[in-house]
Amino acid sequence: MKTLLRPALTLFVLLSAITGLFYPALITGLAQAIFPHQANGSLIQRDQQLVGSQLIGQSFSGPNYFWSRPSATGPMPNNAAASSGSNLGPSNPALAEAVQARIATVRAAHPEQAGPVPAELVTASASGLDPHISPAAAYYQIARVARARQLQPEQVKRLVDRHTAYPSWRIFGERTVNVLELNLALDKLAAGKQAA
Amino acid sequence: MNASPVVQIGLFLIVLFALAWPLGRYLRAVLDGRLSARFAALAAIERGLGKLLGASPDEDMPWWRYATAIVLFNVLGLLAVYGLQRLQLSLPLNPAGMANVEAGSAFNTAISFVTNTNWQGYVGEATMSYLTQMLALTVQNFLSAATGIAVVVALIRGFTRRNAAGIGNAWFDLWRVNAYVLLPISIVLSLFLVGQGVIQNLSAYQEVQLIEPVSYSQPKLDAAGQAVLDAAGKPVMETVQAKTQTIAMGPVASQEAIKMLGTNGGGFFNANSAHPFENPTGASNFAQMLAIFLIPAALCFMFGWQVGDLRQGLAVLAAMSVIFVAMFGALVGFESQANPLLTQLGMDAGIGNLEGKETRFGIVASSLFATVTTAASCGAVNAMHDSLMPLAGLVPTWLMQLGEVVFGGVGSGLYGMLVFALLAVFLAGLMIGRTPEYLGKKIEAYEMKMVSIVILVGPILVLGGTAVAVLTPAALASLWNPGAHGLSEILYAFSSAANNNGSAFAGLSANTPFYNLMLGAAMWFGRFVPIVAVLAIAGNLARKPRLAASNGTMPTHGPLFVVLLIGSVIIVGALTYIPALALGPVVEHLQLFSR
Repeated sequence: MKTLLRPALTLFVLLSAITGLFYPALITGLAQAIFPHQANGSLIQRDQQLVGSQLIGQSFSGPNYFWSRPSATGPMPNNAAASSGSNLGPSNPALAEAVQARIATVRAAHPEQAGPVPAELVTASASGLDPHISPAAAYYQIARVARARQLQPEQVKRLVDRHTAYPSWRIFGERTVNVLELNLALDKLAAGKQAA
Repeated sequence: MNASPVVQIGLFLIVLFALAWPLGRYLRAVLDGRLSARFAALAAIERGLGKLLGASPDEDMPWWRYATAIVLFNVLGLLAVYGLQRLQLSLPLNPAGMANVEAGSAFNTAISFVTNTNWQGYVGEATMSYLTQMLALTVQNFLSAATGIAVVVALIRGFTRRNAAGIGNAWFDLWRVNAYVLLPISIVLSLFLVGQGVIQNLSAYQEVQLIEPVSYSQPKLDAAGQAVLDAAGKPVMETVQAKTQTIAMGPVASQEAIKMLGTNGGGFFNANSAHPFENPTGASNFAQMLAIFLIPAALCFMFGWQVGDLRQGLAVLAAMSVIFVAMFGALVGFESQANPLLTQLGMDAGIGNLEGKETRFGIVASSLFATVTTAASCGAVNAMHDSLMPLAGLVPTWLMQLGEVVFGGVGSGLYGMLVFALLAVFLAGLMIGRTPEYLGKKIEAYEMKMVSIVILVGPILVLGGTAVAVLTPAALASLWNPGAHGLSEILYAFSSAANNNGSAFAGLSANTPFYNLMLGAAMWFGRFVPIVAVLAIAGNLARKPRLAASNGTMPTHGPLFVVLLIGSVIIVGALTYIPALALGPVVEHLQLFSR
């Protein structure tokens, strides 16, 4: 036992220094040199001000913006300092109640849509920070946004299509629309219209 | 547009095997010392290391000395992780000013990371300083993975050596795995992940202006910071408006890479690999799933080459793959059904069960990830398992309960599966009345006693722990979901802890004295009882001669043995756990679909 203590302690300290200090420092240095934008959170600036991250969802509830996935983080939705899903089980009455309330809100805001409500707009994401919705969930909202913005639906649809991303390498994952980037583009479009 | 489940899993397995084959060759060269012998620089480093340690790579340790070294090394890790958490406020690299972690939680987390479980009762971005994430948690991601690999290599030496007293040198096995295998692959994987969008910085949390202010309600606080209560004793809620969003930062990619590669699974953030900063794209998701299975699959190839017959390794790999593919099929099938309670309210049924999933992963990539992470003892999640459909949630629960032998943890998956192989040849031996042999070694009473210990420790901890919890009011107060799903939450927690997986039905509030203690004990004994028993088997086998195969020897490389091996795993797992599973996920499924 005593003959094992010295090698155990020495090896532990050595490997801790290598894997716990040298390695993260090396990766931080390389990441900051090669991929500074990504390494620092893919942050978005508008008018010299940080307005979010391309990867972190924000909540929208106004008629003139596309809406994101519901978020179960607390105390505020899309709290990027405390990520969390709802963890509600499928048979939990609280899940059905929450979804019922969301369906009512979505339906009230989209009177022109008769069919069932897209699942992403009424179910909470895993992280509570999902930046995406599917193209179908974005299309569902086009008429409402166009009306509120006094834009042609065609115009808004083109914007949605421009912000639709394919799966990685066209294979892995799903087609997505980045809601924050779409809404920023929408603001820009509206600002351009006012200027003209 | 999105590829079908068949294409996804087919592609996954093809790429996996294509990468695991060369890695298996490399692992073999690393672990039998040929790599260090071939490069003068490595040889010089190891000579220096030997002097520093006061140990020589030529010292061949008997099994009990090897086991003592491994346990001692892990106890040091336990003390370091505990200490760093308890002192983090006084230490550097804590820009968010995280307080010292409370004792019970720090104890649980220390065991959790040392045992390769990475069960997390805490919220990472609201609890741990950057220094704790790096020097405590990242370090254990490496060391616990290396521990598992060292143990399986020692077991393989037990099969290959004849009339030998020792099973290798623990110090140099640990060094070589860390320095020559885990570290280089982690560096490459980290940089790939950063390229995809995983963050890697030491900055303070970022405050950004929201595009649209958000109104939300929270309990009203008085001047002393206490919640104001109304006449009925309920907290008074007030509506507040947030104009900014605080975005957590940190050295994530470096931890993310080894979290996957070492089948650790402990997220930097609470949402783990569902968090866009941990797993931003379909490509990062695919790379993470590959990283989980990479070493467990490579070890199967290495095992085959080490024992001088690749087919032996392929048989084990085939058994793992068959169970894995079947489980994925079941999980993705159940998740493709939308929740009937929600569709009847007017929700679209087209996609499936999206509660607790990320849009970029959808049903298929989330289901594949859930299968991979619980077949291996990783425990990272990219979807919330608590919100899986009932029978879909049964799949990961049962995969853990099988003992984490379907690929399993790095090292621990293969030594667990080899224990089942010993059980399989023993059962076959009983049927034909011959002394069982495996790889030329006679399997006798001593080995079978150890096999029994390894196989029984899981069920005792899982079912015993669950039984205690359901009889303890303090434990039931932690439940988040009512009814049968509540039992599933507790059963999942003990299955995860005792089998060192670490994923959760995360609605359960596990950061309580009861769960910190009980799950801590389950993780510790679930890890080190099998390790010591496996090393005892290794030591005993190494002492035996290696017999040549005769006409009466049952071949252990063909389809017949693969079926026998799968049967042993499934039958033990089914007989042990079906009654408990019937009361949880199965009851919930019937309730949900009978309406």
